[in-house]
Amino acid sequence: MTESAKKAVYETKQLNLWYGSNHALKNIDLEIMENEVTAIIGPSGCGKSTYIKTLNRMVELVPSVKTSGEILYRGRNIFNHDYGVEELRTRVGMVFQKPNPFPKSIYDNIAYGPRIHGIKNKKILDEIVEKSLRGAAIWDEVKDRLNENAYSISGGQQQRICIARALAIEPDVILMDEPTSALDPISTLKVEELVQELKKDYSIIIVTHNMQQAARISDKTAFFLNGEVVEYDHTDTIFSNPSDKRTEDYISGRFG
Amino acid sequence: MSVREKFDVELKTAQEELIVLSTMAVNALSKSMEALVTQDVDAALEVIEDDKDINQMEEFINDRVILLIAKQSPVATDLRRLIVTIKVASDMERVGDYAVNIAKETIRIGKQELLPQIGHIQQMQKLAVAMLRQVIDAFVEEDIVKAKEIAELDDQVDELYGDVIRRLMREGGENPEKLSQITQLAFISRYMERSADHATNIAEQLFYLVRGQHYDLNK
Repeated sequence: MTESAKKAVYETKQLNLWYGSNHALKNIDLEIMENEVTAIIGPSGCGKSTYIKTLNRMVELVPSVKTSGEILYRGRNIFNHDYGVEELRTRVGMVFQKPNPFPKSIYDNIAYGPRIHGIKNKKILDEIVEKSLRGAAIWDEVKDRLNENAYSISGGQQQRICIARALAIEPDVILMDEPTSALDPISTLKVEELVQELKKDYSIIIVTHNMQQAARISDKTAFFLNGEVVEYDHTDTIFSNPSDKRTEDYISGRFG
Repeated sequence: MSVREKFDVELKTAQEELIVLSTMAVNALSKSMEALVTQDVDAALEVIEDDKDINQMEEFINDRVILLIAKQSPVATDLRRLIVTIKVASDMERVGDYAVNIAKETIRIGKQELLPQIGHIQQMQKLAVAMLRQVIDAFVEEDIVKAKEIAELDDQVDELYGDVIRRLMREGGENPEKLSQITQLAFISRYMERSADHATNIAEQLFYLVRGQHYDLNK
């Protein structure tokens, strides 16, 4: 797909966010393209997790949060009063730092979302479960143990179950908040490979502390610092010839 | 203090070793030409012997840089600095090889009377050595203005080279019995011309290091 044929999935315009008096995000302008992997990097406390939690309005669970500005998802402002948060989260799935499967069978973990959305038919659910597990590259490893508790498998497998669970509701976007920070290197590489596969069908926004991971898997990288976007560009540029000295210092490990 | 102090120390060491390597290579080029002009076979043999140190130094630098890349995953300017260090080391090692080639020709020529064209080759050599010495300085200072000036000198070397070749061909027509030395001098002038090209390469590498983009200074 050529650059110009791609559409923006998210357009963030002059977004500001406060936790009480703490100004956590400052005048963020970011355009996130569909079918790309967008990495968000920056030191702890820079606002990167806050930002992706704003994209599915999860940040509203924190009391005393205030925002200004706009986030357009597919052209509609998600802060509009008539924008249903459930509707947004059906389109935007999320995978967290630590695998957090439900204490249920592998099958029920995947079928959970579709059931909530009213799908009762066993045959359809079977299909969704298989398709999602295949999509998360874990079907072959768990197909004979779908009724076992999701906690009985390894951490790396649990994380891919969580990705499969996100896929089961057929989202448009997948948000990933440090999805491999609790995984071993091999599981990490599997998830990274998976992300590359998934971007054909989904738009992926990933927060990572692992800069080599951002370099390996993302198309664009945004560098956050103190609640601001210092630099946002093609990942190749960010990691080979960034234009801002602060970006260079951060990616080459001189602070942060 | 930088949080990557160990990296910075190692990087600095690699760059210091590169300066040592460069100085050795340029000195060898100078010495080989002096040995030729003074027909000093012992000095020519020394140039050949000393080249082992130059080669070993290049290997040291490569090993150090590869280990740094493997262990520290450098990016951006850090990475460019390391890649450029390896490439410049390779350019300088090649200059050392040209010095060896000249030394070998010197031994072959032995005590034969030298043709007068040697004077023009000496002019080339002076210019090439000056370019190489200055490019080392530009590299240390990361001075791309100086680097560009050095690269521009390459045209003069190329002109001198063309001139030397024409003179040697004319000599060959007049004195066919001197053909063996004429060929040897033609090779030597070629080595000088190539050495100056390496100075231009290094100037281009410096541009890449500083600007992060490729420049062709050899137009």
